[in-house]
Amino acid sequence: MIDNLNLLFVYAPIMNIQVILDGIFVGAVFALSAYGLALVWGVMNVKNLAQGDFVIMGGFIALGLHEYLGIHPIISIPIVLILMFAYGWAVYKLIIKRVIDNDMFVSLLATFGLSLLMQQVMNLIYGPEVRIIDPELPIYEFFDFITVPMAKIISLILAAIFALIITIFMKKSRMGQAIRATAQDARAARVLGINTDNVYAFTFALNAAICGVAGVMVSIIWVLQPFYGITYSLRTFAIVTAAGLGNLPAVIGTGFVLGLIEKYTSIILGVEYEIAAAVVMLLVVLMWRQIQMRKNRQAVR
Amino acid sequence: MGNPIINVENVSKSYGGVKANMNISMKVEAGSITGIIGPNGCGKTTLFNSIVGYHAIDSGSIKFDNQEISKLWVGDIARLGLLRTFQQTRIYNKMNCVDNMQISISHRKGSASKMFASRKGEIKDRAEHLLEFVGLYSKRNLISGDLSFGQQKLLEFAMALMNEPKVLLLDEPTAGINPTLINGLIDRLRKANEELGITLCVIEHNMRVIMNLASDIYCLSNGKMLASGKPSELQNDERVIDAYLGGH
Amino acid sequence: MSRNTLILYIIILAASILGPILLPAYTQQMAILWVMILMASTWDILGGQMGYNSLGNITFFGVGMYLSAIIQISMFYDVGEYTSAFGAIKPEFTDSQYFTGFFLGIIGAGLGSMILSLLLGFIVFGLRGPYFAIGTLGVAITAGQITGTIDYIGGGSGISMPFFPGDIYFRSIFFYILCFLLAASVHLILRWLYSTQFGLAINAIRDDEDKAEAMGIPTLRYKQFGWAIAAFFMGCIGAVFGNMVGFIEPIEVAFPTPTFGIFMVAMALLGGKGTLWGPVIGAVLFHLVKETTWTYLLGWQYVALGLIIILNIVFFQQGIMGWLQTKFPEKFGIFIDDKTHEESRVAMDDK
Repeated sequence: MIDNLNLLFVYAPIMNIQVILDGIFVGAVFALSAYGLALVWGVMNVKNLAQGDFVIMGGFIALGLHEYLGIHPIISIPIVLILMFAYGWAVYKLIIKRVIDNDMFVSLLATFGLSLLMQQVMNLIYGPEVRIIDPELPIYEFFDFITVPMAKIISLILAAIFALIITIFMKKSRMGQAIRATAQDARAARVLGINTDNVYAFTFALNAAICGVAGVMVSIIWVLQPFYGITYSLRTFAIVTAAGLGNLPAVIGTGFVLGLIEKYTSIILGVEYEIAAAVVMLLVVLMWRQIQMRKNRQAVR
Repeated sequence: MGNPIINVENVSKSYGGVKANMNISMKVEAGSITGIIGPNGCGKTTLFNSIVGYHAIDSGSIKFDNQEISKLWVGDIARLGLLRTFQQTRIYNKMNCVDNMQISISHRKGSASKMFASRKGEIKDRAEHLLEFVGLYSKRNLISGDLSFGQQKLLEFAMALMNEPKVLLLDEPTAGINPTLINGLIDRLRKANEELGITLCVIEHNMRVIMNLASDIYCLSNGKMLASGKPSELQNDERVIDAYLGGH
Repeated sequence: MSRNTLILYIIILAASILGPILLPAYTQQMAILWVMILMASTWDILGGQMGYNSLGNITFFGVGMYLSAIIQISMFYDVGEYTSAFGAIKPEFTDSQYFTGFFLGIIGAGLGSMILSLLLGFIVFGLRGPYFAIGTLGVAITAGQITGTIDYIGGGSGISMPFFPGDIYFRSIFFYILCFLLAASVHLILRWLYSTQFGLAINAIRDDEDKAEAMGIPTLRYKQFGWAIAAFFMGCIGAVFGNMVGFIEPIEVAFPTPTFGIFMVAMALLGGKGTLWGPVIGAVLFHLVKETTWTYLLGWQYVALGLIIILNIVFFQQGIMGWLQTKFPEKFGIFIDDKTHEESRVAMDDK
């Protein structure tokens, strides 16, 4: 550990650039899926524990399209988007709709069951091996140390564009306004003639689509494995808890922060501590919020 | 005045920019029934919350039995024997009435053995007795969440009595209760005060009720103490009438 | 205890004695059934009775398992050497060494888990609802990950537990009896606890914690005690389970969040959470269905399992006991009694 610290900060500080870049690339994935979670949590008060599995599923769809049809993952983004949107809609109609009015643990557990189901189905289809897609794009090298694959840059740009589109959509479109109205007061929205059931379905489907895009990014810049979903779920929860609901710039910022934390942890302590770092961040955030709330004599709920 | 059991001095509390209480002072005499009146949003419930430790106050002092309690938390204050009921009525709504009563015994002497005390015997007997006192005995085996709102209110009152508090703060005890039952409730409040020796402090909107019940009344308006005194004095006080009818 | 309950207990006792005698091939499966019953019952202390839905109780299972392994080995060997020499040396334990180590291991596992739960309690009991569930889930997953990085206790490749002295038949009976005794003591302890003020207090915390606090109930003490009991027995059963399986490793055996970790919740929900018998019934049903259909599903088992959990939660949240209670409220003592207090007291005296 001391050696790694020395390497980073004494012998080769230039390596920090690599770590920061990697942190930003994975941070983009975290930011997207956390944005989706903040959306469903804020609008319909569903804590989706299958969030990470949506991400992995999006990645596997891209992988399947690449392997069987030869479609490049970057091209496959719109297809994944549509498929995941439809899948999210179906999940809402079949499961979420029936648990949404119950207490939070029911929805939490229903999505946990869904998470198990999705993991296992993906495991049956793709097997438990770790998979990657070779994007067949050039890799740039700087200073002999730093490698920046073209694929990562493209996916980062695409993620930024995608996030921008969603933000504009939420602000300007009729559906976006309906979603925001429902998030503020579902009953009032219903009284004003908004079909909240449709709004919920659309929100959940949109979340699945966002996760799907994040998954495509994972498939390009990282690795896919059917059981990795739960770690993404924990990360998104950590981010949303840290940033707070309804504060979307903070959610995206925290996503990048978590990306950096993980990459630094993995360089300094070892790759196997990456997930632990995310969970430790979650617990630290929760403790910090508890201390804050204690001043007001309240509990974190 | 004698020795007040609750002594609130210059308490202020603000939420964000809203000054809910400004320099409130009031005294509750041991063994009395004290009323707090005032238009909606004038800070009555905030004052209650400050007294029972639901939130920290900005400045001032609150003494209970000559002990400073403004730094204590809800549970500690409740264990001193200062209890409150809620405006929205809070009971344990998935438990039956007897269980609701039995768990409401006083936790003042929190010995570990009490955590595992049996539920039969003396405690159950007292629970049933108090349920009869508020007229819920026949409903005692029902899940309390299935009771009507008024019945839940009575149950909450009985639970508070079960705790044998020294002082009981009641937040609008007659709101939402069938008018024909109000007289019965007032009788019970008075009985609790006289026979069980519990000091009462009551927030109430129903003027007829509070003027008959209380011996001292405080009137709040816009977060400030507007007037205080005997019911007969306040009934004719211009400022009180203005506060209620002046349309704030 | 009423006569019917007594008869029920006698039947269960007879079945649990006759089970391994009549069907010796299934002894280990029946032992695991007791493990499941214990897990579901201890989960229900917090999850059902107190409304604190922990997804991380499996942490104590794994911690207990590893604690017992360390205790059992360290009494006679150096743990680091033992684990690094995996497969190369075959450590010998005499009968008395094995059993003293084992029983000290169980006790140590239970106490260690209990202490851990008390420490964790200070962190997580300020959290409510989803934050509590996710915080505890995070703890369980991290526990597995971190255990896998500690080479001293075998890291990701695990530890072979000391070899049981005695033949296979005696071994399976021995572990069966241990599991049964632990599950039975959990049940009886909970039965007693739920009949005391403790049971009411944790129910009150479930229904309205702020009200309980405002009524002066020392809530933190009850929460910590409830979790400590669950942790103690989860630690003990983890120690027994580790020795029964014979080989422990962090992800699949010690901290299996996606399997046992979620099974215990599913079982308690299936049977009806917040009741004494619900988790027991749920565990028996769940285990029976799982074991009878498992071999026919060929790789689809876990898919089916996820589906069962979803269906259970979506369509049958109240569980078997909850459904029975809405169907036959009188049997659960929910009825209007028109007699006055005096009348029923007189009626009692007449009896």
